[in-house]
Amino acid sequence: MAEQMNVIYERPRSWANKVTHYCPGCTHGIAHRLIAELVDEMGLLDKTIGVWPVGCSVLGYEYFSFDSVEAAHGRAPAMATGIKVTNPDNFVFAYQGDGDIASIGMAEIVHAAARGWPITVIFINNGNYGMTGGQMAPTTLLGQKTTTSPLGRTSQTNGFPIRVAEMLAQLDGPAYIARVSLDSPANIRKAKSAMRKAFNAQVRGIGFSLVECLSTCPTNWRLTPVESMERVRKEVMPYFPLGEFKVAPGVL
Amino acid sequence: MSDKVLMKGAEALAEGAIQAGCRYYFGYPITPQNETPEYMSRRLPEVGGRFVQAESEVASINMVYGAACAGVRVMTSSSSPGISLMQEGISYISGSNVPCVIMNAMRGGPGLGNIAPAQADYFQAVKGGGNGDYRRIVLAPSSIQEGVDLLVDAFELADKYRMVVMIIVDGLIAQMMEPVEFKTRIDVSTLKTPEWATVGRHGRDHANVITSLTLDAAGLEQWNLKLQAKYAQVERTESRIEEYQMDDADYAIIAYGTMARIAKTTVRIARAKGVKLGLLRPITVWPFPAKQIQAYVGKLKGTLTVELAYRQLFEDVRLALCDKMPLGWYGRGGGVVPGPQEILGAFEEQFGKGR
Ligand SMILES: Cc1ncc(C[n+]2csc(CCOP(=O)(O)OP(=O)(O)O)c2C)c(N)n1
Ligand code: SF4
Ligand SMILES: [Mg+2]
Repeated sequence: MAEQMNVIYERPRSWANKVTHYCPGCTHGIAHRLIAELVDEMGLLDKTIGVWPVGCSVLGYEYFSFDSVEAAHGRAPAMATGIKVTNPDNFVFAYQGDGDIASIGMAEIVHAAARGWPITVIFINNGNYGMTGGQMAPTTLLGQKTTTSPLGRTSQTNGFPIRVAEMLAQLDGPAYIARVSLDSPANIRKAKSAMRKAFNAQVRGIGFSLVECLSTCPTNWRLTPVESMERVRKEVMPYFPLGEFKVAPGVL
Repeated sequence: MSDKVLMKGAEALAEGAIQAGCRYYFGYPITPQNETPEYMSRRLPEVGGRFVQAESEVASINMVYGAACAGVRVMTSSSSPGISLMQEGISYISGSNVPCVIMNAMRGGPGLGNIAPAQADYFQAVKGGGNGDYRRIVLAPSSIQEGVDLLVDAFELADKYRMVVMIIVDGLIAQMMEPVEFKTRIDVSTLKTPEWATVGRHGRDHANVITSLTLDAAGLEQWNLKLQAKYAQVERTESRIEEYQMDDADYAIIAYGTMARIAKTTVRIARAKGVKLGLLRPITVWPFPAKQIQAYVGKLKGTLTVELAYRQLFEDVRLALCDKMPLGWYGRGGGVVPGPQEILGAFEEQFGKGR
């Protein structure tokens, strides 16, 4: 006698069924999972093109079953613009780290946001350059030790951390800008709903959308996965508050 | 009745690209080619294409990269400092085997230099500029008409070999006006989206991925060997040269683009004086028409390489001819363009009166 079974969790079709190379406790994988779930739920698999950055997620295209391209460091928004313009009905997202978006690629992200074209950016703020070994990023907090700020970041030498979401929300182009955190199940659920709005802003042709995800880098932070999540809550969130900074009419 | 229209070079080249099927253009203003993006901005929407003014040449080339991944005919244009900023993108595009066309209206350098005609970016165009072992096809028209004709070939070659094709001109060709005829019109509805393009799966049973990354060394070596095999085929089959007054020539000037155009007059003046001078004009500077030039070994008493640069083209001539004949060189830099008499003077200085 067959019992009635409800599927409550399964591998998304958009997931390529591969094991990722991310370190234990790294939240890149969580962000990936949310993208895959949303692409499935919103029926976007056939029309999605992912634009992957240079950074720890450089191999992101290995893990999804939709089309992907690999951009140069910081240039993902420009490449996404070139892809979107050729096929405006496709769903094009760029995935970027903090070094990628806020340092080398600052011009490209600002102008993509200012143009306001419906492309979506998922931005992983982990406070350092993960891939190259934990150097200081534009998002590194004051006092935070990294391999290139061994005594802790000081504003005198290194300036101040950049709040990308708030900065881009000043522009008229974006339709949706939010900052979320991937530190806890509750926040991950909120992150997913923000990403859904961001995806929707594109699908409905409303405009540019970006979700900044507070993330962890246990390896370079020299913390355990659990300590890393705690650090996000205690140290990162006070400087990088969660919330929606821009919600254009029609975004839901 | 001829279908010739009088057009400025930078605009004619833009129209030529559109006639060749280009529907996407990304660019950033820089003299002496501003008329190209300006023309594209009004013409492309008329033919169902899109023009985007990028925030920099870095962005332009990466937008080109994105559009190229979608398998469409796409182009950018710029001038020397802007092309310098594009080198990273050109390397990525080459490393991931997607096609595009780039026009460089070369100007005086180094640095900000000036906006006068120059050929000082020969090394950058032909030998590299970006990182890694890649080549691009480099076409060097010497008139507006030839530029327009070569653009059709440029897009065909780019698609055929999935390579970057660069057209190098200079401020002289970009800024002058000449009668031009658009002989070929590509019907873009006949262009098929390539099977490798990242246009969304839309029922395809696998994902397309375009990347220049191969982490394992053996794998990247294999990829490089594939690229090398392709480049070798291009070198075997695609080099082009114009041989002007070469049938009975004792000497030849070797020059391309604007410089070759001027050197043609030098050849005529020399011939009127009884000097059997001819002109070898590479139309492709990569692949360099070395074989065609080598065919004159034993027939010529010497060549004079003339360029708007310092021994850049000359390097390829030397590689082709080594010590097989006397090799003279004459060049001007910084945007100074020598006249035909000046070139003849340089010839006579190096080869006597040539009789
Ligand atoms: C032009 C260029 N400069 C530098 C690098 C080296 N590089 C690779 S990844 C990276 C930093 C990535 O940091 P981030 O964007 O924060 O991503 P994360 O690894 O932290 O996810 C750098 C500097 C490069 N690949 N290309
Ligand atoms: S180095 Fe940091 S960002 Fe990169 S995979 Fe490891 S934990 Fe994640
Ligand atoms: Mg980072």
